[in-house]
Amino acid sequence: MSAKKLNLKDKYRLLTRDLDWEYSYVDRKKAFPYEEFEGIKITDWSKWEDPFRLTMDAYWKYQAEKEKKLYAIFDAFAQNNGHLNVTDARYVNAIKIFLTGVSPLEYQAYQGYAHVGRQFGGAGARVACQMQSIDELRHVQTQIHAMSHYNKYFDGFQDWTHMHDRVWYLSVPKSFFDDARSAGPFEFLIAISFSFEYVLTNLLFVPFMSGAAHNGDMATCTFGFSAQSDEARHMTLGLEIIKFLLEQHEDNVPIVQKWIDKWFWRGTRLLSIVAMMMDYMLPNKVMSWKEAWEVYFEEAGGALFKDLARYGIRMPKFVEVTEKEKEHVSHQAWWIFYNYGHAAGFHTWIPSDEELDWLSEKYPDTFDKYYRPRWELAKKMEAEGKRFYSQALPQLCTTCQIPMGFTKMDDPTQIAYRSSDYEGEKYHFCSDGCKHIFDEEPEKYVQSWLPVHQIYQGNCGGASVEEVLRDYYKLNLGADNLDIKGSPDEQRWKEWKGVA
Amino acid sequence: MSVRAITPDYKVQARDRVENFHGNQIVYVAWDRHLMFCAPFAYALPPTMTFAELRDQVMPEAFGLHEEFSKINWEKATWLLDNQPFTPDLNQSLHAQGVGHKSVLRFQTPELTGFQGKAV
Repeated sequence: MSAKKLNLKDKYRLLTRDLDWEYSYVDRKKAFPYEEFEGIKITDWSKWEDPFRLTMDAYWKYQAEKEKKLYAIFDAFAQNNGHLNVTDARYVNAIKIFLTGVSPLEYQAYQGYAHVGRQFGGAGARVACQMQSIDELRHVQTQIHAMSHYNKYFDGFQDWTHMHDRVWYLSVPKSFFDDARSAGPFEFLIAISFSFEYVLTNLLFVPFMSGAAHNGDMATCTFGFSAQSDEARHMTLGLEIIKFLLEQHEDNVPIVQKWIDKWFWRGTRLLSIVAMMMDYMLPNKVMSWKEAWEVYFEEAGGALFKDLARYGIRMPKFVEVTEKEKEHVSHQAWWIFYNYGHAAGFHTWIPSDEELDWLSEKYPDTFDKYYRPRWELAKKMEAEGKRFYSQALPQLCTTCQIPMGFTKMDDPTQIAYRSSDYEGEKYHFCSDGCKHIFDEEPEKYVQSWLPVHQIYQGNCGGASVEEVLRDYYKLNLGADNLDIKGSPDEQRWKEWKGVA
Repeated sequence: MSVRAITPDYKVQARDRVENFHGNQIVYVAWDRHLMFCAPFAYALPPTMTFAELRDQVMPEAFGLHEEFSKINWEKATWLLDNQPFTPDLNQSLHAQGVGHKSVLRFQTPELTGFQGKAV
């Protein structure tokens, strides 16, 4: 008679590896059609070490307990008018960017992991991807619930899925994930599990969650704590996948290196939005973007790549550029949004005098020289009643889709122009990194859905910018967009706080 | 290099071919070292538009926000077309003088150094 209750080891084996079976009447290659086209060679799937020894029943139990606590805190936050405890109405704009730009990526990650979780020939990898897929679906749900309270009191939260698919600056995160999901399954894991989750995720989550904590946002902060144990698992999967691929076959090394080069650069460009959030959008600062980059990439990433050197993996291409860019990107990114604040679904503003001084202190080599003058001009024009918004659409980089606002790093008053010709068409880029990515796979990026070109092709509704913003993006003009000064958000905040 | 695709002979058409712009072409215009404008501007223009029309009718709306724009001495301004030195002919069409689809036009005004002389 068999035991009624399985011991943990048997349960683990039965619920993970034992889910695989031999194919008797189907060709294995046909069952896993995506496994070979990227050129990755897997000689033995059984060498895969399960990065998290979790079975599905334990997963559900653990997550249910966590979420019960999480939702209790959300309820308390709502009942106690938690939104009144944030530092300032400006802070909430960082959360608007999170909801419209980051939460939909959790959903894309859910779809991506569900897809690759079907495509790998090894059961271990399939189970790991399945669990991460469910994590990502839970994260998008809990994020929506964490932030839904703000939707009752602030503008710009109402139509975030629609906005993610259409609004110009949200094509930056959207196209990042579209790029990863339209790649093969191994590239997807190097892109998201390794380059993003392992190498760069701390630069997304730590600033947002510490930013939330520093600015009285209990809802977002609690979500962050709840997601932390999942994120730790995701990072472990990132490390496992890279070691597994590198140990399976030496021919995998150059392919993996190419993907690391590509996704590291794609990631740094995506993070420029976090950079500006840290330096400009948080009323109570956590640390500067430059400091965060040094701690979370240069130190932590440096140690990681030292470890990977034994497999023949080197630091990502263009890493030396990021060493200079950390002094500039946040300022250049926020200036782009200040220029196009009429077309954004959140508010923009000029930093206060104290904040300008903080920036000078944190960026002694660049801020006063290159960026303070921009804000002095903005202040002068605002004082004259001429808060300016750019009156023509910007040129975008074909790869990262960010307006071409990044300068040469050795000549920071000169915009960097890079271009390639492909099959008789010209393509423009903000950097060597973005040009390199295009040149490696031009067939992919000639399809870039560049919002500015799409508007000019007539694919975004009306002929005027105002019609595009109002009818195609569904922005509530005069409420969601423009400067925080004079906005309904600011007005309500002042009423709640009893200030004139 | 080319993409590794699961579809054999993967071929696609470029999304931004000139014929998709309803008779217009895209031209990017930037004023070097005037970073009040965060990025070059993208315009959809008829290829038959003259350079004078671009400079005097299209550009002022956006560039005119800068207090130095009205002070530009166009006789002294220099131009780059797709990174090569270029002398525009005001009366010729864009097309006739090689300003093509997705060309980048940049102009320099060395005597105007931007707000506070700081390239803003």
